Amino acid sequence: MAKYLLLKHYRGAPAAVNDVPMDQWTQAEISAHIQYMQDFADRLEKTGEFVDSQALAPEGTFVRYDGEGRPPVTDGPFAETKDLIAGWMVIDVDSHERALELAGELSAAPGAGGKPIHEWLELRPFLGSHPTITE
Amino acid sequence: MNEALIRSLTPSVLGILVRRGADFAAAEDAVQDALVEAVRIWPTDEPRDPKGWLVTAAWRKFLDATRSDTARRRREDRVDEEPPPGPAAAADDTLQLYFLCAHPSLTPSSAVALTLRAVGGLTTRQIAQAYLVPEATMAQRISRAKRTVSGVRLDRPGDVATVLRVLYLVFNEGYSGDVDLAAEAIRLTRQLAAAIDHPEVAGLLALMLLHHARRASRTAPDGSLVPLAEQDRSRWDTASIAEGIGMLQAALARDRLGEFQAQAAVAALHADAPAAEETDWVQIVEWYDELMRLTDSPVVRLNRAVAVGEADGPRAGLAALATVPDATPRHAAVAAYLHERDGDLTAAARWYAEAAHRAPNLAERDYLTRQAARLNALR
Repeated sequence: MAKYLLLKHYRGAPAAVNDVPMDQWTQAEISAHIQYMQDFADRLEKTGEFVDSQALAPEGTFVRYDGEGRPPVTDGPFAETKDLIAGWMVIDVDSHERALELAGELSAAPGAGGKPIHEWLELRPFLGSHPTITE
Repeated sequence: MNEALIRSLTPSVLGILVRRGADFAAAEDAVQDALVEAVRIWPTDEPRDPKGWLVTAAWRKFLDATRSDTARRRREDRVDEEPPPGPAAAADDTLQLYFLCAHPSLTPSSAVALTLRAVGGLTTRQIAQAYLVPEATMAQRISRAKRTVSGVRLDRPGDVATVLRVLYLVFNEGYSGDVDLAAEAIRLTRQLAAAIDHPEVAGLLALMLLHHARRASRTAPDGSLVPLAEQDRSRWDTASIAEGIGMLQAALARDRLGEFQAQAAVAALHADAPAAEETDWVQIVEWYDELMRLTDSPVVRLNRAVAVGEADGPRAGLAALATVPDATPRHAAVAAYLHERDGDLTAAARWYAEAAHRAPNLAERDYLTRQAARLNALR
């Protein structure tokens, strides 16, 4: 009973084994990839482990406070930013082992040539609630 | 009639349907539907015999649902066969449901969800909100759990320890939501204690009551944690403490010590101290020694190290801590505390920062960060 975030990176993760940019796949390969992701999410819902899945636009803006009565300052996007998040999936599972297993499955999504991408996904545990009994 | 009272009838009504021959999954759905109707209708039109009303409504829902089934004829034939249940049978039904919902073939999260629905009478939506997952996910988790236990026969007593673990999880890992899961866990454990005479059930109930009694004092108005030693003891619920201690003493007198009774004994010694300085740490260490004999887990050893630090001084505590694996949750926090007590503020500050980094939840992280900051400001 712990929630985990599966983070998919546009940039910043180590290179995948089958590292071909998506725009060089065939259309059928793209469809197969999207279908795989959808099926994966559907399957997790059926096992009662799905919480959320979202994709992010590749470009964002940095924003900060600029003092009383002034509009916030914006900056970016920075082309050189090393780490760029593409999207996430949140799962609710019984063990860390199960989270690893599911991340492995998601990383096997098919890419170029219909072969698994072996993409590096980042697995981050959520901070939970404070338990009543600790002593 | 309030909702909790309506829900308290859930297990016996479900038990009656199952004994009339309804399969568990279909009967459970029918009882849910009947409960929803009861919550809607009863406030304005309360029946004289609430349980009879629920049995009739649930049985009708069950028949409606199965009428389109191929097995329709066979099931309808059973309608008139069933004699009314006696009170003894009802207690037994309730107990069998606890065993079924905590069946070892279920994962902990499935067992928790199924128990809250089939025994607790909570709706899928309420359970989903309580555990912060989408309703569709929780619905699937519950129906999968029902499928998993569908072949299990309700005729043999199960292992009460598995039931207690599930109830402990509900109590201790409760998220916030509309449903007060800690209170619900206490209600369900109380109901279990009425159905089975077992010192560990009493031990768990005592443990829950003793911890629940301190709830109001555990957090400051801003939501930050207040450690046990700094809690305003005048805000502890004395009635709940008295009930917990009484229950624990009766259980201990039976001389069948178990993990939950030993944990409750520690909680009782804390609850009994009028001020933190008056805590009987020597006795607490003895209870942790008992716990280590019962279950030698790193968490028990860690807690024992804290108690040893209070009973015999921080050096002894640090020596006890040396036998606890580093990866044990809250190891760094205990190291920080003991080093501070020992006067090594530099090490303590470093350990507090490390503990904050490793904290399993935000409330603890904030607390530990503040402790590190407090010591760093002294330098």
